[in-house]
Amino acid sequence: MRTIIRTIKTIKINPAKCTGCRACEMACSTFHSKPKYNIINPARSRIRVFWDEANDIFLPVLAGEYTETECNSRYILTINGKEYGECAFCRASCPSRDIFKEPDTGVALKCDACGEPMPEGGPTCVQWCDSGALTYAPERTEEVEAAEEEEDDEVEEL
Amino acid sequence: MRYGETGFNLEVDLSQGKSEKTETDPKLTELHLGGQGTADRILWDRVPGDVEPFSPDNLLIFSTGLLDGTPVPGANRTIVNSFSPMTNLHSHSIMGGFFGPELKYAGYDKVVIRGKAPDLVYLWINDDKVEIRDARHLRGKGCHETAELILRELKQDKAQVAAIGPAGENRVYTASIDSSCGSAARGVGPVMGDKRLKAIAVRGTKDIAIARPAELYETCLRLRQELAENPKVGDWMATDEDDSFHHNNFAWGNARTRRRDFWSKELEERWRKLKYDHMNRQRGCYNCPKACHNVISWPGRRRFSYKCYGKDTYHMAAFQELDFSYDILGIAQEYGVDSYSTPQVIAFALELLEAGILTEKDFPGMPADVRGRFLYILEKIVRREGIGDILANGVYHAARQIGKGAEAYDHNTVKHFEQLPIKLGKLNPPYFLMIATGEKMSITQIEGSFPQDPLPTMEERQEFVKNWIACPDDKFKKWFLEWEKREALPIEASCAITDWNEAMHYIDDSIGLCGFLSSFRGQFGGRTGYHVWNIPLLISLATGLDFDKDKLWKVFQRNRNLVRALNVRRGMRRKDEVPPADHWAKRDPGYEQKLLDSYYQFKGWNNDGVPTKETLDRLGLDFVGKEFEQRGILTS
Repeated sequence: MRTIIRTIKTIKINPAKCTGCRACEMACSTFHSKPKYNIINPARSRIRVFWDEANDIFLPVLAGEYTETECNSRYILTINGKEYGECAFCRASCPSRDIFKEPDTGVALKCDACGEPMPEGGPTCVQWCDSGALTYAPERTEEVEAAEEEEDDEVEEL
Repeated sequence: MRYGETGFNLEVDLSQGKSEKTETDPKLTELHLGGQGTADRILWDRVPGDVEPFSPDNLLIFSTGLLDGTPVPGANRTIVNSFSPMTNLHSHSIMGGFFGPELKYAGYDKVVIRGKAPDLVYLWINDDKVEIRDARHLRGKGCHETAELILRELKQDKAQVAAIGPAGENRVYTASIDSSCGSAARGVGPVMGDKRLKAIAVRGTKDIAIARPAELYETCLRLRQELAENPKVGDWMATDEDDSFHHNNFAWGNARTRRRDFWSKELEERWRKLKYDHMNRQRGCYNCPKACHNVISWPGRRRFSYKCYGKDTYHMAAFQELDFSYDILGIAQEYGVDSYSTPQVIAFALELLEAGILTEKDFPGMPADVRGRFLYILEKIVRREGIGDILANGVYHAARQIGKGAEAYDHNTVKHFEQLPIKLGKLNPPYFLMIATGEKMSITQIEGSFPQDPLPTMEERQEFVKNWIACPDDKFKKWFLEWEKREALPIEASCAITDWNEAMHYIDDSIGLCGFLSSFRGQFGGRTGYHVWNIPLLISLATGLDFDKDKLWKVFQRNRNLVRALNVRRGMRRKDEVPPADHWAKRDPGYEQKLLDSYYQFKGWNNDGVPTKETLDRLGLDFVGKEFEQRGILTS
C-alpha cells in the first residue's frame, strides 16, 4: 500500500497583529453575496472582529456551528483586568445574538473557507488581510493511503 | 436603485425631538458626488447667510463619503460640515475610523441635524429605528468614555459612536468630535455642543449595492495589495522615527521659535524607546491596509491613539519633549479638543503672561512649571472657567477680548483660524496662495499633490517625473523639471499647483477617501495611491454613473465654488485672504497681490475673490449667481 503525505492548512488568527480594519468582514460579505460581489454588508460576514479598543483587544472570530439553544450559563473571562462574557469570543450562530446570521432572514452563517473549490489566492478574508493577523498556513500533515497516481497533496480543512 | 450610496438622508430636528428618513435626488450625486459636496448644497439651500453658528437654524451635517463602505480601500471618512463660531464661515471637518461606513450600512448617506435639544441628548440610529435619548447622565464624560457607556447601555458591542467631551459641551471653539481613532474639529465640536447633542451612536446591518460588482471587487483587491506594498502612502511617521522635519523646521511655542539643530540621533533613539515601550499596537481605519494610529498606554491615562503631527504639537508648543505630548494627549483627547489649535492657544496665553498683558491674577493657583501650566490652562479652557472662557474662543477672538496689545500676539491666524506654526524665510508662492485663499482653514487640507521642494539634479527630477502617475497634466512635469529654487515658481505654475492640490482634497472629501492614501500624500515621494486617473473608474464601477477625469474635475470646481459662495454670502472677500504678516521673513507685497490677482483670474473669480457669473453659470451654480445679483454682491 502506497501512502502519501497530505498537508492540512487552516486559517490562522494572530490577534496581536490585527489592526482592526475589518476589511475581512467587508470582503467576506461581498464574496458570499448572490450574485457574487453584488452587495457589501459586514452583518452578513462569516468573520467578525471583536474589538475593545480601550483594552487593546482586536480578535477576529470565524463563524462556526449553528446552535438551536443558548448556553445555560455564561462564564466570565478576565483579560487585562476587565471582565468579558464568553459570548464575545464564541463562534456559534446562536439565538442569543445577531452575528453569524443573515440580518434580514435570520439564516445561520458558517465559515466555508470560501467553498469548493477554494478561490485562487486562498480564503477571501486572508486575501484582504495584509497585517498578518489572518494567514492561511499549514497546520498539520497526515499520512494517508494514496489512490493510484496520487501524489503528496495539499488540502484545506477547517 | 441607488448604487454606492443609499439614496436616503436622516433629518433630525432636535428642537422638536423628531427624525425623518428622506429620499435624496440622484441628480445631486451626479453634480456634487457625496460627502462634503452634497452637504454644502444643503447648507446653501437651507442656511441663509445671516444665520449665526449658534443659532438653532444652523445645520450640523454628518456625511458618508460616496464610496464609504464599498470595497474601495480607505473609503471610510465621515465628513462633518456646518458654520463655525470661530470663523463665522463654512466649517469643514473630516474624520477617519468607522462611523461613516456604519452610517451607510444603516441606510443613510447623511444625518442632517437642526434645532437644539432642550437638554443633553444622544442620537441612536439602529437601521430604521431612530431614537433621541436622554444623555444627562453622560454630561462631563470624556469622548471615549461616553462611547463605552453608550455601547453598554444599548447592549451593542458593534455600534459606532461619535461623541463630544466636556469641551464640546461647553462650546469651546477648538472642541472636537471623536469616534474611535478619528477626530473632527475646525468648528464642528462647539456646534454639536450648542445643539446639546452629546453623541451619535449608529449600527447598520443593511446592504450597499454596487453597480458593477465583480469589476469593482477585482480592482479594489488589486488596489489594496498595491497600497499595502507602497511605502509612500499612509503615515510615514508611524514607522519612521526621524522627525527632524517638524522639529527643526516648524515654530515652537506660540508659532514663535525655530530650532534648526534640535534633532539628534540620541534624541531619536530615546523617543523611539519611549514610543515603543508604551505602544500596544498600530491600528487602522475601516478597510485600510495602513495602520497609521499608534495606540498608547500611558500611566494615569485612558489608552488613546494618535497619528502624524499630532504627536508633536503639544510638546513643541511647550518646549518640552515627547513624554509631555503623550501625557497631555491622554487627557486632551478625552476632553475632546483638537491637538492643532489648542496647543497654540495655550502657548499664546503663556506669552501674554510673560509680556505682562495677562497677570498671575488671571491664573489663580497655576503651577510654576510649563507642563503644569499647560495642563492647568487646558482645564480652564475645557471648562470655560476664568481666563479659560476667553481662551476657549481661539487666539484671534481671545486677543481682541483681552486687548491691551494682545492683538500683536495673534500673529498666526488667517480668517480667525490658527495656521500651521511654521515661519520660514522666503515665500513659496503656492503656499502663499494656499494659506491666503484656502477655505478648509488649514494648509494640511489643501497641500499635498505637488512636492514642497525641488529636487537638486536634473537626473533626479527626470526620474521623479517618469514615475509621476498621479500627475494630471504634463504642464506640471514641465514646471517640476524647470524648478530650481523653492521660492521661484512662475505665477502661472503657482496658480495651477494650488488648484491641483486643492482639487484632490475636494474630491477626497466628496467620496470619503483618506488623504494619506490620496490628496495629502503625493507631495512626499510622488507615489500616491489615488489620483485623477483611477478615481473616476472607481466612482463609475461603484455608482453606475459615467465619470471620467474631466467630469471629475468639473465636480471639484463646482464644489469648490460652492464653498466660496457660502463664505462670500457670509461676507468673506479679498480683504480676508491675508497670510500672517510674519509668515515669511521676506515679503514682497506687490508680487503677492499680483499672485492673488492671477489666482483669482485662474479660478474664474473677480478681483474681490467672488466667483463671476460666467464661472457660476458654467458650473451649473446659476442659482448662486442670481442670489449674488439680488444682493448686489455681483453686478449684472
